[in-house]
Amino acid sequence: MSSIAVRLEHVSKKFRKGELHDSLRDLLPALASLLWKRKSDVIGDRSEFWALQDVTFEIPRGEAFGIVGANGAGKSTLLKLISRIMNPTSGVLEVHGRLSALIEVSAGFHSDLTGRENIYLNGTILGMTRREIDARFEEIVEFSGLCEFLDTPVKRYSSGMYARLGFSVAAHVNSDVLIVDEVLSVGDYVFQRKCVDRMKEVIKAGTTVLFVSHNLKTIAEFCQRCILLERGRLLKVGSPNDVIQSYINSTRISRATDDSKPIAISQVHIRSRVGESVRFDSGETVWVDIEVTARRSCSKMAVVLFVTDEAYYEVFNTSTERLGCGNFNLEPGETFACSFELQLNFADGTFHPSVLIYRYDTETEYDRWESASSIYVGSASDVRGAVNCFPKVVKHEIVKAGANLPELEEHRLLGPGVVAKEDL
Amino acid sequence: MIAQLRELYNYRELLYMIVVRDIKVRYKQSVMGFLWAILMPVLIVSAGVLVRYAYGIASHKPLAMDDVVSVAAKSIPWAFLVSSIKFSCQSLLANHNLVTKVYFPKEIFPIAAALAQLFDLFIAGLVLVIFLAVAKVSLSLQLLWAAPLLALTIALAIGIGLIVSAGSLFFRDVRYIVEVFLTFAIFFTPVFYDVSIFGAKGKWLLLNPVAPVLEGFSSIVRGQAPNWNWLGYSLTFATVMVLLAYAMFKKVEPAFAENI
Repeated sequence: MSSIAVRLEHVSKKFRKGELHDSLRDLLPALASLLWKRKSDVIGDRSEFWALQDVTFEIPRGEAFGIVGANGAGKSTLLKLISRIMNPTSGVLEVHGRLSALIEVSAGFHSDLTGRENIYLNGTILGMTRREIDARFEEIVEFSGLCEFLDTPVKRYSSGMYARLGFSVAAHVNSDVLIVDEVLSVGDYVFQRKCVDRMKEVIKAGTTVLFVSHNLKTIAEFCQRCILLERGRLLKVGSPNDVIQSYINSTRISRATDDSKPIAISQVHIRSRVGESVRFDSGETVWVDIEVTARRSCSKMAVVLFVTDEAYYEVFNTSTERLGCGNFNLEPGETFACSFELQLNFADGTFHPSVLIYRYDTETEYDRWESASSIYVGSASDVRGAVNCFPKVVKHEIVKAGANLPELEEHRLLGPGVVAKEDL
Repeated sequence: MIAQLRELYNYRELLYMIVVRDIKVRYKQSVMGFLWAILMPVLIVSAGVLVRYAYGIASHKPLAMDDVVSVAAKSIPWAFLVSSIKFSCQSLLANHNLVTKVYFPKEIFPIAAALAQLFDLFIAGLVLVIFLAVAKVSLSLQLLWAAPLLALTIALAIGIGLIVSAGSLFFRDVRYIVEVFLTFAIFFTPVFYDVSIFGAKGKWLLLNPVAPVLEGFSSIVRGQAPNWNWLGYSLTFATVMVLLAYAMFKKVEPAFAENI
C-alpha cells in the first residue's frame, strides 16, 4: 500500500447559491429564460461560489491531521469530498484504504429500533460486516456503558445516550482513514475523556486521522500537522502551533474595521515573558496589551477584560476601573493604551480573552471584542476543569486495606471543576 | 458499470440490514402488525372481485371461480409493484441524513425499499395459496413459472424505483406525479379485467410492460402457459430499463448530497 493516505491536488468545489430548482415549476421558467438570454446572464458569477479553491495537500499514512478554520471556511465541504459524499468540481482526490467518518455519529440510527438493532444497523452503514460487529459487540456495548438499555428503542434514550451509542459504534470501525468532525464533545465529561483516550489508541494503532474541531486544544493535543482554511482557500500547512497562531491572527484582523462606533478597541495582544504567543503554561504570568481609539469624544470610560472558556462561559472578569485606576476620557483620534498583568491559573484548555469598553455610571457598553483571541493553556499536572488550584497529593496511604481506593478514583473524575462545566 | 455492481455486491450486508430495518420499522408499534400485510391484498382482491361481478351482470355471464382466482393472482403482484414503487420513490428523501452524511452506494435505498415489500408479498402470497387450495385449483406444472414471473416483477419494480427515487430527489414533483400515476395505472393495466375482453385491440394494452407479466400470473393459475412472445417483450423491456436506470442513477448519484 502507498505511504500516502489522502492526497488532494488542486481540488476545487463550486456550489450554486440560493434556491435550487426543486420542482419542475421552477425549472421550466429557468430553462426558458436560458433559451432567451445569453448563458452568461443567467449563470453568472453571482449565482455560484467556490466552497473550496485549489486545495493541495497530502497526508502520509498514520498521521493525525487537523483542519482549522472559521465557520464557512470550507472544512465540512472538504470532509465531504474526502469521504466521497460529494465529488470535487475539479482536481484530483485520492484516498488509499478504507475510510470511515465520525460525522454526526448517530446519522444512521432509526428511532424505533432498539439499541442492539441500531448497533448492527449503524455498524453496517459505516462499512463493518455483521461478523465484525459480532466480534466487537461486547466491546462496543462496554464502551457505551448502555448495557442495560440495549433492548430499549433509541427514541427513549436521552440525547447524551444517543450520542454515546453512536460514537461507540463509530469508534470501533476498523478503518485506515478516520475522519473526526466535532464529535469528541458528546456525552458527559467522563465519556468525553473516554473518547479522547479512544482516539489516542486509534492514532497509536496507525490509523490516519483527520480532525476538524473548533476546540484548538484538541487539535494541538492530537495533531502532528494542520492546515488552515479561509474562505475555501488553503492558507497554511504546518505544525499545529504555527497554524493556530495564524488562524487567531487572521480572525483578529477581520474584526477591527467597523467605523460606526464612537470608540473602538483597536488592538488586543497577549504576551508572556518570551513574547507574543497563544500557548501558555498554567500559572504563567502574561500581559494583555489593549489599545482603544476614540472617533468622537468620550468620557468616563473603563476597559473590562474577561476570559471565557472553550464553551464561552465566563470564568474571569476584571476592569481598569475596578482595579482602582479610575476612568478615562478621550478626544477624537486619541488612543488609550493599557496592560493587564495576569497570572494564568487556568487548567488545561482553550480560553478566550475578551475585551469590553464600558461606562459604569450610565451602564453603557461602547465596544465589545468577544474572544479577541484564543489561547490554550497546558499544565504539567493532570488538572481538569476551568481553574488550576495547583493540587498536590501530600499524603497517600492505605488506612484500611483496599477499602478506600475505588472511591478516591471516582472523586478525582467528578471533581468540582467538572460540576462547574456541566452546569452550562 | 461492472465496478459499480461489484461495489454494490460488497455492500450486500448493508442492503440486507436496510431491508430488515424497513420491515421491522413498518410493523413496530402497530397494533395490527402483520395483519396489515394481509389487509391490503384482501382489499384489492375484493375490489377486483366486485368489478368482475359487475362485468358478469353486464354481460349476463355468471361470475366463475376462475375469474376470482385470476383476479387474485394478478392483484397481489400488482399491489407489490405499486407499493414498492411508492416506497422506492421516497426512499432517498426519507434517508436524507444518510445520503448527506455517509458514503455508500445509494441505490441500496430504492432497491431495499422494493425488496422490503417482498415480505408483504410473501404473506399475501401465503394467503393466496390457501385461497387457491380452498378454491380447489388444480395444481399444474405451469405454476412453477411463478418464480420467473415474480423475478420479472421485481426487476420492473427496481428499475422504476431507481428512476423515480433519483428523480424525486432533484424534483419534488416526481413524487406527486408518481402517486397520481399509480392511482390511475390500475385502469390501464389488466388487473381487474383480462386483456382478452378487448379482443384484437388487447395488444395495445399489452404494450404496457407490466400487462404481460400479470396476464402470465393469471394464465398459470388457470393451468395454461403464459404468452411467450409478450413475456419476451416484457423481459427485454425490463432488462433494458434496469440497465439504463442503474446507469442513470449512478451518473447522477454524486450530485445527491448537494441537491437533496
